[in-house]
Amino acid sequence: MERKSVLIIGLLAVGLILVAQLFNLQILKDEYKITAENNAYKYVTRYPVRGLILDRNGNILVGNKNTYDIMVTPIEVKEFDTLDFCSIFNIEPEFVKEKFKEYRKYRRRIGYQSLTFLKQVSNIQYSIFMEKGWKFPGFSAVSRTSRNYPFAAGANLFGYVTEVDPNFLKKNPDYKSGDYVGASGLEKSYENVLKGEKGYSILLRDVHNRIQSSFEDGAYDKAAVAGSDIISTIDGYLQQYGEELMQNKVGSLVAIEPSTGEILALISSPGINIDQLASINKHYKEIVNDPYKPMFNRAVMSAYPPGSVFKLVNGLIGLQEGVITPETRYNCSMGYHYGDRKLGCHAHPSPTNLTQSIMMSCNAYYCYTLRAILENRKYSSISEAFNNWREMVMSFGFGRKLGSDFPAELGGTLPTTNTYDKIYGKNRWRAHSVISLSIGQGEIGATPLHLANLAATLANRGYYYIPHLVKESPGSPIDARFKERNYTLVDTTHFHKVVEGMYLAVNAAPGTGGTARQAHVEGLDICGKTGTAQNPHGKDNAVFICFAPRENPKIAIAAYIENAGFGGTWAAPIASLMVEKYLNGETSRPDLEKRMKEANLQQYVPIKRRR
Amino acid sequence: MGNRFGKIDIPLVVCYLMLVFIGWINIYAAVYSQEHSSIFDMSQRYGMQFIWIITALILAVAILFVINPKVYSVLSPPIYLGVCLLLVAVIFLGKEVNGSNSWFQIGPVSFQPAEVSKISTSLFLAYIMSKYNFRLGNMRDALSVALTILVPMAIIVMEKETGSALVYCGFIFLLYREGLSGWVLVFGILSIVLFVVTLAVSSLAAIIILFVLAGTINGIYTRKLMQHLVVIVPAAILLGFLPAIAEKWIPSLAGFKFEYIALGTTTALALAATVIYKGKRGRHLKYLLAGFFCSIALIFSVEFIFNNILQPHQRSRIENLLGITEDLMGAGYNVHQSKIAIGSGGFAGKGFLNGTQTKFDFVPEQSTDFIFCTIGEEWGFMGSVLVVGIYLFLISRLIILSERQKDRFARIYGYCVACCFFMHFFINIGMTMGLVPVIGIPLPLLSYGGSSLWSFTTLLFIFIKLDMERWRY
Repeated sequence: MERKSVLIIGLLAVGLILVAQLFNLQILKDEYKITAENNAYKYVTRYPVRGLILDRNGNILVGNKNTYDIMVTPIEVKEFDTLDFCSIFNIEPEFVKEKFKEYRKYRRRIGYQSLTFLKQVSNIQYSIFMEKGWKFPGFSAVSRTSRNYPFAAGANLFGYVTEVDPNFLKKNPDYKSGDYVGASGLEKSYENVLKGEKGYSILLRDVHNRIQSSFEDGAYDKAAVAGSDIISTIDGYLQQYGEELMQNKVGSLVAIEPSTGEILALISSPGINIDQLASINKHYKEIVNDPYKPMFNRAVMSAYPPGSVFKLVNGLIGLQEGVITPETRYNCSMGYHYGDRKLGCHAHPSPTNLTQSIMMSCNAYYCYTLRAILENRKYSSISEAFNNWREMVMSFGFGRKLGSDFPAELGGTLPTTNTYDKIYGKNRWRAHSVISLSIGQGEIGATPLHLANLAATLANRGYYYIPHLVKESPGSPIDARFKERNYTLVDTTHFHKVVEGMYLAVNAAPGTGGTARQAHVEGLDICGKTGTAQNPHGKDNAVFICFAPRENPKIAIAAYIENAGFGGTWAAPIASLMVEKYLNGETSRPDLEKRMKEANLQQYVPIKRRR
Repeated sequence: MGNRFGKIDIPLVVCYLMLVFIGWINIYAAVYSQEHSSIFDMSQRYGMQFIWIITALILAVAILFVINPKVYSVLSPPIYLGVCLLLVAVIFLGKEVNGSNSWFQIGPVSFQPAEVSKISTSLFLAYIMSKYNFRLGNMRDALSVALTILVPMAIIVMEKETGSALVYCGFIFLLYREGLSGWVLVFGILSIVLFVVTLAVSSLAAIIILFVLAGTINGIYTRKLMQHLVVIVPAAILLGFLPAIAEKWIPSLAGFKFEYIALGTTTALALAATVIYKGKRGRHLKYLLAGFFCSIALIFSVEFIFNNILQPHQRSRIENLLGITEDLMGAGYNVHQSKIAIGSGGFAGKGFLNGTQTKFDFVPEQSTDFIFCTIGEEWGFMGSVLVVGIYLFLISRLIILSERQKDRFARIYGYCVACCFFMHFFINIGMTMGLVPVIGIPLPLLSYGGSSLWSFTTLLFIFIKLDMERWRY
């Protein structure tokens, strides 16, 4: 071969090597492109404004307010009057000293970056700082939004928003450090609606990490998209009123609109102080150490024995199973006697029919009824009868999560045949063994939400809508499950006799034995049922469920107050005040209202200190 | 024929103008800032480059139309001598830039004699090699050629401009064209391979390469290549795994230098070939054997050369290139940032003035030695391949034009120009992409700097002029 050709081939080979490396670097490998972006682009997150939570009438329940974070760029800070600085923000000079010690330690890593110096300073502090700012080079203020609550109510319901932690980030890669996320309540269940979409600005920086300019004058920046508002089913005024009534009491109030399943008010007392909710991290320790556990949402989490209000369910199942009729009468001699034991009752006229048994809350009547249900010859064994009973109870929503849109909802407890097989041995138990279930005691536990749902089911005469907290509005449909009627396994025809009993319990003439006379309000036709559930820790729990008016009910309520004693004394009046407030807008019984608000029943609650 | 008489070679001139223009706008991009956005702003490098370009063009015109080409041949000895003196003088009189003493400062103009030395050496080489009766095989002639190349090279090394000195190695291609044995090239490449393998892998690996090579050559000579390979390749693999095998089954041999076993085997193989085939092709075998022993000597002296002869910064650049050490903030910073800039360009590039790495000075020396980064980042694979293509065309055009010269002086000079362009082109672009250790030499015609632009313009246009006048001789 000619030497010229060898040389030219060699030259082309070298050219090929260079082109191959170009291809490798520019087309095949991604790592250099990514590094280049990290090198020169600085993405500054633009945080969206979180969506509002409105009440059913369009009032703002959860809004946004501006707060300010004080930022510092350590490299730009010159000597300044520390005392003056501290006096603005009400902080200790030690704090400043500590911070700067840290900055000096990490100065290489910090470089030209700005860091958060103080979070959420007040508007007043901000304006003073703006006035004196020139004295403190290197410090600046940036506006942030945080939550505010015009109704000053509903802390547990709304839940709080907090900065994401590393654990959360691991599970949710969409979030970045520094983002906020709803951590409980509605803020959590509707996080996706409320959060909005983050945007960013692209800035360019040079080799010294100094910001040079906005990239392409912001042509590629993405504006933050504000979160969507949600319209909740809550009535802000009712929620507020309920919290006032429940102050200094431990328990819960849940109000539902029976015709839709919309939750009108959901109160757990004592709850998180709403003033601390927006900056909960500052108060977290205090809240967690509170012996009354304000974070614990009793309305949807606490499994209470339902007490006598559960008689309604047993009565309905008795009717459905045909073991009693509305005219079935049972004797009560201060209770139900079996063997050498007795389940006590209070003094009332006897015998009673079904309606009267509800009105006067006779225990014996339901012992007979449950026994009749469980010993029904239709079934080959008590287990079969019990399972059938259990299935019917569950059709009212008990013993399972109702499926509301509240994140922390729990299912309560409902025993199975297994439960008793374990206690008594297989097939070694009788109706008498489980007799306390007849009056809603023993192994059954229901949340106040379950009880309010029971009230709504009775108001609807046989069906309920799954209770929920967000209203349907144009453009934001709600889940189909909230629009479905859920019928119980009891025929709707059986309900009117039971409702009659509830009506009489509240509205029977004085002296005839109605247990809930305290709940009577002229013209509202409240139908209710009291309960007094035994509490192994101290006094009995007071329970009351009701709905009103009797025809076309507008509101169904469950009130559950721990260690308050007889249901008619505390729970019934409080529930009736709620009904009155909701239906009439104000109370005709200011004295009662005052007494209820001022009563301190919390003192009877035994405190179990953690650890 | 008359119309072809005195014709300027248009493709070369077009290549020249394209490269100069590409260089200018990329220097603009590399040092671009909002405040000084006019490309003619004389306070900025791109403004200065504009002046260099204009003056270079005047120079080119003068070479083409004013200066009589006969002077080059006649004046080459005094020019060569004068430049060599300048090269020496600059060591004592020059100002120090980046640790090397190779710059003269005359008023506002800095000037590097090493750049001019490429021209003078090329001219003088053409002069002595075009003499009547010159034969490369002749010892005297070979010596004079070697001295012509090595003297300026040595002085430049003393100026601590090792990079520029390395360019002179490119003249080996000219010598090859003029009759130097191809084995010299082969051994040149082989020694680079062996050096790298010894450094990056182990001396055992380098010996195994030599072993396979010796076996293959034996195979070729006996015309029984397949039979040889069947034995040689498994033996090579076995040799390669010897240390691992020994470590596992014969622990007492741990630490034993297995390269000696390999060395013994390889030597036996090479000597056996010599004994058997002596007389048949004795002349070649003699060279082969000499090359073989030189290679072995090289392998065992790599460590010494690397640690004792190379400067620390050269050592760290090589270590970085071979991936022996990774120091992205120190010695490896330039190349790493340069690879980022080129790599981030992607297929079509980020567009003119849109290179972020370029604009914010992530790559040092970006308008001079690392100008190719700007092209890679802003013009992408397309633009980079275009630039590489222009150089390849330019250099091959130089070779083809040299071949058509009737005059030996013009032909040899043309090859010299091609060699200079090639060395600068390959080393510079290879360096920005991490294929060649960092060697600070400019990209011809593209990099910022008057000295470099002028000397490459002169180098190139003297040849264009010689080519233009080729019918006169």
